[in-house]
Amino acid sequence: MANRATREAYGETLIELAKEGVNVVAVDADLAGSTQTAKLGAYDSDRLVDVGIAEQDMMGVAAGLSLTGRIPFTGSFAVFGVGRCYDQIRNTVCDARLNVKVCPTHAGITVGEDGATHQMLEDIGMMRALPQMRVMVPADYWSAKAAIRIAAETDGPVYVRLGRHKVPEVYDETFKGGLPYAGVLREGTDVTLAACGVEVAQALAAADLLAEKGISAEVIDVFSVSPLDEDVICSSAAKTGHVVTCEEHMVTGGMGSAVAELLAQKNPTPMRFVGMRSFGTSAPGDVLLEHFGLDGKGIAAAVEGFLA
Amino acid sequence: MSTTYEVPVQTRSAKELKLIANDLRRDIITMLEKSKSGHPGGSLSSAEIISVLYFSGLMRYDADKPEDPFIDHFVLSKGHAAPVLYAAFHQLGWISDEDILTLRQLGSKLQGHPDCHCCPGLEVCTGSLGQGLSIAAGIALGLKKDAAAAGTEPNRVFVLLGDGEMQEGSNWESIMFAGNQGLDNMIAFLDKNRLQIDGPVDEVNSLGDIQAKFASFGWDVMTVDGHDVSALTEATSAAIEHTGTPTVIVCDTVKGKGVSFMENQVGWHGSAPNAEQAAQALAEIAAKRAEIEKEA
Repeated sequence: MANRATREAYGETLIELAKEGVNVVAVDADLAGSTQTAKLGAYDSDRLVDVGIAEQDMMGVAAGLSLTGRIPFTGSFAVFGVGRCYDQIRNTVCDARLNVKVCPTHAGITVGEDGATHQMLEDIGMMRALPQMRVMVPADYWSAKAAIRIAAETDGPVYVRLGRHKVPEVYDETFKGGLPYAGVLREGTDVTLAACGVEVAQALAAADLLAEKGISAEVIDVFSVSPLDEDVICSSAAKTGHVVTCEEHMVTGGMGSAVAELLAQKNPTPMRFVGMRSFGTSAPGDVLLEHFGLDGKGIAAAVEGFLA
Repeated sequence: MSTTYEVPVQTRSAKELKLIANDLRRDIITMLEKSKSGHPGGSLSSAEIISVLYFSGLMRYDADKPEDPFIDHFVLSKGHAAPVLYAAFHQLGWISDEDILTLRQLGSKLQGHPDCHCCPGLEVCTGSLGQGLSIAAGIALGLKKDAAAAGTEPNRVFVLLGDGEMQEGSNWESIMFAGNQGLDNMIAFLDKNRLQIDGPVDEVNSLGDIQAKFASFGWDVMTVDGHDVSALTEATSAAIEHTGTPTVIVCDTVKGKGVSFMENQVGWHGSAPNAEQAAQALAEIAAKRAEIEKEA
């Protein structure tokens, strides 16, 4: 199966939901083609609102549409579709518990060539800090489809982190996910690699490299960051005694921080954090994953240093 | 204009609307004195606008269903004027005589800024300025789509803006969008009381010719004395009849209106009166009530 970006699931799943009679609409800010909400508009022009380059208005209009019984999904790139309208997400959508789905694309370092201003690295932290907001970070096309579907079926604010980087498929069409959901993709005994999004495939690659060196790594896909699947994460940590989190997001406040908050209280476990510690830079996504130590090799090196 | 709902609120005379605005002012002072906290200036300046919106019959809602009264919708974008809205809800019996004394206290329905999960009659949380217009535009767009599908006339959205609030850039995103979309079921009231926390709006960061600015974005613009209930009623009726573009009614008002020592005083934007000041304010408001009652 060809690699696909998680954003490729976005427009397609919205069309499926529309065909099933779910009252989904998309509100985008001049990036409907890139986010793929344009697909929903091509299916039914009445279901796409493009406000132009105006992310605050995008979020406010989505809020208003939700009050007329619709289920609005917002677009734009994560750096704008979260950062430029954070106050609207916080005060209008979350405080009022409106049924708005914040689903920007182009999150993370793998945005690549556009460089640091376009690489959103703190959205998980901002979104998971918000009361009422549920946060999902799908790892591939199929889990992105599941996340969009769950977002539509869940009453209230939901954040889905989507990317443009093409990733190998970890799942197939039977994947359902959940809130909360974390899944063990590979069993192991020496260390737990808890990854989300693009980093799930990289953690699986790291596990292969580590196996060659006699290290048995368990790989968990942390599909939902808020809420966390506490049982799956705590049982794995208890089994391996070592946890390394992997995310294309700032270490501060991200999925790794969420896992650390959980384990510190429920099952204290030594941890290391693979993630970003600075702004990014321009280069193809694969090159950046390697450059910042986020690829399979980088994760394996972090694990070896940890267990040494 | 045909509607799918009965109009549930009886229309009231100008004299009655003036008396209600006066009673709203009484409640505002009572609430704020008790809470020792809140925003009197911009609440008092909006009293006639809120009186006309909620009691003229022009904005349609189900007064018997405070948990979900919306036929037309209302968004208080200038959320710090919450006391004037709470006072209207008190008039409607949506909140009780006891509730009115709990403003800003732990567990109160009457949060410092409107919270739809605490108080009936609300559907959003406002107070972070510059957000109400986009919300209203989203509602208006949804209502127009519903009406187009059903072959009926759309219900309406009313939104109350402050003038200082117009400095928020997000408003201009929304003004452009609503104008281009021709959201003629959207009517904004701009409470132009000319003062913001740091001083006169014209000195802090002037709005310039706000009427011309709205007009250039494709809005229909009216200007009225925001304390004249007849002018407000007439303008609102005209805005309802107007088609093709959204309407803004620029309301010239006096911040702190109705309490002599608060009028046009920046210091009364966000400070509550003490017992002595409240007593004087309530005496002035009572005297005004007697004066209105003598009118024909």
